[in-house]
Order: sequence, then C-alpha cells, then structure tokens
Amino acid sequence: MKFDLILAGVGGQGILSIAFVIDRAALLQGLNFKQAEVHGMAQRGGAVQSHLRLSDGPIYSDLIPKGKCDLILAVEPLEALRYLDYLQPEGTVVSSSSPYVNIPDYPPIADLLDSIREIKNHLIINADQIARKAGSGRVQNIVMLGAASLFLPLELDHLLSALKEFFQPRGQKIVDLNLKAFELGRQEARLQLKIN
Amino acid sequence: MEKFVALGDEAVALGAIHAGLAAAYSYPGTPASEVMEFLIRASQEKGFVARWSVNEKVALEQALGVSFAGKRALVSMKHVGLNVAADPFINSSLTGANGGLVVVVADDPSMHSSQNEQDSRFYAQFAQIFCFEPSSHQEAYEMTRQAFDLSEAVGLPVMIRLVTRLAHSRSSIFPREPVSPKSLPTGERSHWTLLPINARRRFQVVLNKQEELRRLSEESPFNQLKLAGRSSPLGIIASGIAANYVLENWPDLESKPSFLKISTYPLPEKLIRKLMDEVDTVLVVEEGYPFIERNLRGLMGIPGKRIRGKLSGDLPLSGELSPDHVRQALGLKALARLPKLSSPIASRPPQLCQGCPHADTFLVLKEALKDFPQAMVFSDIGCYTLGYFPPYSAIDTCVCMGASIGMAKGAADVGYHPSIAVIGDSTFGHSGLTPLLEAARTNTKMTVIILDNGTVAMTGGQMSYASGEYLVKMVEGLGVNREHLRLIEPLPRNLEANAALIKEEINYPGLSVIIASRECIQEARKKKRGQE
Ligand SMILES: Cc1ncc(C[n+]2csc(CCOP(=O)(O)OP(=O)(O)O)c2C)c(N)n1
Ligand code: SF4
Repeated sequence: MKFDLILAGVGGQGILSIAFVIDRAALLQGLNFKQAEVHGMAQRGGAVQSHLRLSDGPIYSDLIPKGKCDLILAVEPLEALRYLDYLQPEGTVVSSSSPYVNIPDYPPIADLLDSIREIKNHLIINADQIARKAGSGRVQNIVMLGAASLFLPLELDHLLSALKEFFQPRGQKIVDLNLKAFELGRQEARLQLKIN
Repeated sequence: MEKFVALGDEAVALGAIHAGLAAAYSYPGTPASEVMEFLIRASQEKGFVARWSVNEKVALEQALGVSFAGKRALVSMKHVGLNVAADPFINSSLTGANGGLVVVVADDPSMHSSQNEQDSRFYAQFAQIFCFEPSSHQEAYEMTRQAFDLSEAVGLPVMIRLVTRLAHSRSSIFPREPVSPKSLPTGERSHWTLLPINARRRFQVVLNKQEELRRLSEESPFNQLKLAGRSSPLGIIASGIAANYVLENWPDLESKPSFLKISTYPLPEKLIRKLMDEVDTVLVVEEGYPFIERNLRGLMGIPGKRIRGKLSGDLPLSGELSPDHVRQALGLKALARLPKLSSPIASRPPQLCQGCPHADTFLVLKEALKDFPQAMVFSDIGCYTLGYFPPYSAIDTCVCMGASIGMAKGAADVGYHPSIAVIGDSTFGHSGLTPLLEAARTNTKMTVIILDNGTVAMTGGQMSYASGEYLVKMVEGLGVNREHLRLIEPLPRNLEANAALIKEEINYPGLSVIIASRECIQEARKKKRGQE
C-alpha cells in the first residue's frame, strides 16, 4: 500500500495540525510515513504545502514525484490549484470553497471553483460555513480533514484517537470542538458522494 | 526502544542526547532551529545545558569551551550561520576536540528561507574535518551518535550536514539505548593555544590525520556500493537525500546501474575508484553545489569516462533537487499526470501579519521620508525584510545579519544623506553592536532605527537578548548621545508624532538611534493562549 497526499493552504491556516493528526493515525495503524513541511519565512501568510507519504513498505523520497500524488487536500481554493501537476490522472482534489484573500490579484472565486470542478475527481466543501456550525470559524482545517478522511487509507478510529491526542493539551472543550468539526466535514463529504 | 516520531532536526537532537551530550548552543535560523528547540524542551528533564546564543560565533566558542572541559558539545546553525562562526570553526580543527564536538549545519537549497544556498561540505573540506551527510531520519540519529565517538577518537570536530528537506521532514525512527555523559580530562594547553609555534605543529597534526579520516570514510557502513557487473555501463554516485531520489525511481529502471551512495566525507576514494573501474558513464546526484562532481572531474576529467551531473547540465545547478529532476537525468519518461492550469496561478508571497508593529514603523518611515526622496534605507534580516514588498516598499537592501548599520555608515562616510539603517532587536544583538560602536565613536551622520518586537519573530519566536530596557542601556553604553537616542511606540495613532521625530533626527548632523518598540503580535497571541 502506498498513498501520497499534498496538504495545501496559506501559512497560519493549520495544515501542520492536519499533518500531525494524519502522521499519528498512520503510526497507530503501523504504517510508515514521511511528511515534508514548511517552516520559516513562507509561514508568514504565504502559500504553504506539505507532502505526506504513507506506505506499508519503505519510503525513499520526502517529496512526492509529479504524477504520484493521490490526493490534494486544500484548505483554500486558490491553493488547491497550485500543485495540480503532482496529481496522478485518477487523483482527487478535496478543496475548501472559502477563499483567503491576502493578495491584490486574487482571482474571482467562481473561476477558481470552476477550475476545480474540471478535475475529474473533486469535492468542494464550504469549510467556513461548516466550521461555524461546529462552533468556530477557526476549525476549517479539521472540517477539511474530516471531508478528506473518506479518501485516506486510515481507519476512522485511528484518526479520531490522533485528533483527541493532538488537541487534548488545549482542554476538553477544544477537543470536542474539533471532533465536531471533523464529524461535520465527514458528513458533508458523504452527503455529496452519496454514501450512507 | 519505542518508535519515535521526529523531524530530521529532532532526530539529530535525540542522537546527541543519547550520545551523552553535556551542552548545546545555537542561534536560530531556518532550517536548523528545531534542533535547539528540541534540545531545550528535553534539557529541562534531562539536565544538560541547551541554550540560544547571541550569535553563531559565540555559540561555537561556547561549544569549544565545553569540549576543552572534556565534555560532549553540540552546536547547530543554518548554513549562513557558519559564515559568522567560520573563524572559531576553522581554528577548531587546529585546537582539535577534546570532548566530542559536533557541528550541525543545515543548508537551504532553493533558498526557502535564506539569502543564498551555499553548501557546507566545502567548509568541512576547508577545515579538513570529517562530515556526515544523512539521507534519512534514522541515519541522522545514528550518525549524530557516531559523530561524538568519532570526534573523540580522532580528536577533531565533526560536521553533520543537513538540508531543508530532511531537516523539516517528519518520520519515525528507532532509537537505541542511550549512553551516559562522561568526562574526559581537560584540553592540553599546547594544543589549544594557537601561537604560531603551536599552530604550525597542530596544523601538521591535522594534515597527518587526513589519511585516517579517509580510511574511516572508506570503511563507514553508511557508504554503500552495489556493483551491477558488466550488465550496465552506467554508474550512479548519489549523496544524502539525493540518493533517495535515485531509489525512488529505481524500480522503473530497466537495466540496473552500479550505485554508490556517499554519506561521509572526506570522499571515500577507494569506493569511487571501484565504481569507476566498472562503468563508462557516471551520473553524480547531490543536493547543493556539484561538490562530488567537481572533485571527480578535476580539471582534466577522467580519460574514457563520461561524468554527468550538474556541471554537464543533466541536473540543475541551482535550487533543490526533486525526484522528477533525477528521473529525467536517468532517462526515464515523465509519469502521467494532470496538466498544470493553462493560466498562471497568482503567487502568494509571505507578508507581514495584520497589525505587525514593523508595518507601522514602515508607514511612519515612509511618511517621514516624503521630504527626502533620495533617502537610502539599508535594512537587515528578519520579518521586517518583508517591508520590501508593497504596500511598504520601504527598504533598499538586505545582505547579511548586521550589514544594515555598516552599510549605512559606509554610505554616510562618502556623503550620502539621509542614510538610514533598519535592524531588528535580535539581529542587533547578533551583529549590530560592533558597527554601532564605530558609528558612535565617529558620530557619523546617519539614523539607525532598531525594531524591538521583543523576539526573534522570523524563525518562530525564540528569545532575543537585545530587547527592552537592556537594549536601551546597551545602545547608551556604546556611546550614543542620550539626546539622540529616541524611543517611539509604532502604533497608528502615533503616526504623525513619530514621523516628526524621525525627520528631526534625520536633520541632526550626527548619529541618531531610534528604538521602535512594540511586541510582535504573534508572540502576544502565544502568551495570551498560554494564559487561557
Ligand atoms: C547568520 C544568520 N543567522 C541566522 C539567520 C536566520 N535569521 C534570519 S532573520 C533572523 C532574526 C530576526 O530577528 P529580529 O532581528 O529580532 O527580527 P524579527 O524577525 O523579530 O522582526 C534570523 C535568526 C540568518 N539569516 N543569518
Ligand atoms: S511574526 Fe511578529 S514580527 Fe513577524 S510579521 Fe508577524 S507580527 Fe510582525
């Protein structure tokens, strides 16, 4: 088993938290993983991405070769499009539809969503709205993780344990908020994909 | 022991702890910062010393002191940090190491967060010391442990060279039983006092050790040679994480080439010779400058052999490698994939946070400089370098840490006015004191603005030595005229008053220092979160 995904977003949107939860779940499942992350300058509101590779065998490159990526999980729609040339032809894009506008030439959001819809396998999630429903606009990243969890080769139990472990230091309230965000994101994805 | 999840940086740190580390020093710098961050977290429980230093030179000198005292020391820094620490670093090969001394340097090919992409292997060669280049987290851990033993065995410092992709990649490792810290007798004064009579002798000692270093490199199990026999005329030499990119593509190679993975320096010459004897063409794959390739090629090349790599144009000379570059160099077809979008995607460069104090200072400065269109703003390195971008477009230079003040003084010396330096508090503590001392003694007509946000913000909020009251006292202590040492609080509501103050100081025909102090909002947020 091999599964490669790219997490995409803007510095400060919490993609490293998503990465941590997936890493931990992979570990609980006995899988190997390598996860290349971005620190430093780019984290200041710039485009950030993390290459995350899961396998039951050895993993060599920390970077995903172009054409090997199975899933792009984007917390932001413009960022969803930045790494398309990594995606294998049958790969999937799971993207938030909530734009993070911090540049003057940000394209019209409708154009971005149209471009995402042109990709054969895609899922667009209104992360902002769902996060608010869960209790806070700040948990959009975990809503997206919940939505993408349907595509990950990871057991739900492991993801949930990892999620609890990650947020536990910040108290039970934060744990519950994030569990809710995850659940609502996953529900939305099931709804759109017509899975019961 | 149990599986342990770590960044490459953290695998090095854990290796050092398990090797019986007594003390570690560092100055923050991406991609090396997480070595020290891990050590500081672990030190509270484990009882070794782990501290941020004021700069890399001081960090390395402290580590040298630990080594002299017979204990194991680590110093970590980003690649350009070694330029700052180059003096003690080069000389430390002559003094030699007493307690194991490991210098961890993280290079940044592609300049993700750096001014250049220099390759630290040249420094190891320059100092004539042993260098490990790990390709995985497990190797980073093992090599660091071994580096301490080797340093004591050969009596020289040892370098661990990392690159961003390993430093900032997370994976799991299997740690081994730790060893306890031990004490060796202190250093021999005739080794450590580099008077010419001693230094000449010590240099000869370093030269005499080269044979042994080469042998250790040749015998190191981290270097692996797989000969394909006569079945393939191609050989590949790959080092560090570049070797992973070869292995990533390996299953797709129809005829398997001979393969030498290099993980240690000086170069394992015998292994290279063995490989070269069997092949007609060799492809050298390495992250950074074409270090191995150039050594192999020399001036004249090798008769009858083709050497391919960065110098031949088969791989790019700049930027980090990827599995895709290596795939192409191996002659493999690109994998099927989705095409990039036809229209270019708007780029999203990093920028100052909303409400950042630096942003207010730049707006004030722009306001103050309206009357001085010829003003030159020499900047330095930190979050505030992002003031280069619109809407601020407020700075004209960024070269290396501390350069702002020296450059402003140089320009002022030849009559340039207004000549303004902009420098962060940590950068000032790192390298700003000495040029300001000179400017104060000569009362040079220039204006220095110190941006005191109370932290090393760019690299993630480490502690800054030159901040707050301490900073004011330091500047005064350097001899800056108290009347022209002014404090401002960069807030939108103070814009006019602050701009008037800056104009006043620009018009003063001598040295002025303006300290703009307000806390980094990310740090303020972190503190608030901690209190919740
Ligand atoms: C020799 C060297 N060491 C370290 C770095 C990495 N680095 C870049 S800026 C910076 C510190 C900036 O701190 P400060 O001057 O306080 O500015 P701030 O980021 O807080 O605005 C560091 C450590 C570097 N570029 N060069
Ligand atoms: S981290 Fe702090 S200093 Fe850096 S841009 Fe943000 S607020 Fe400004």
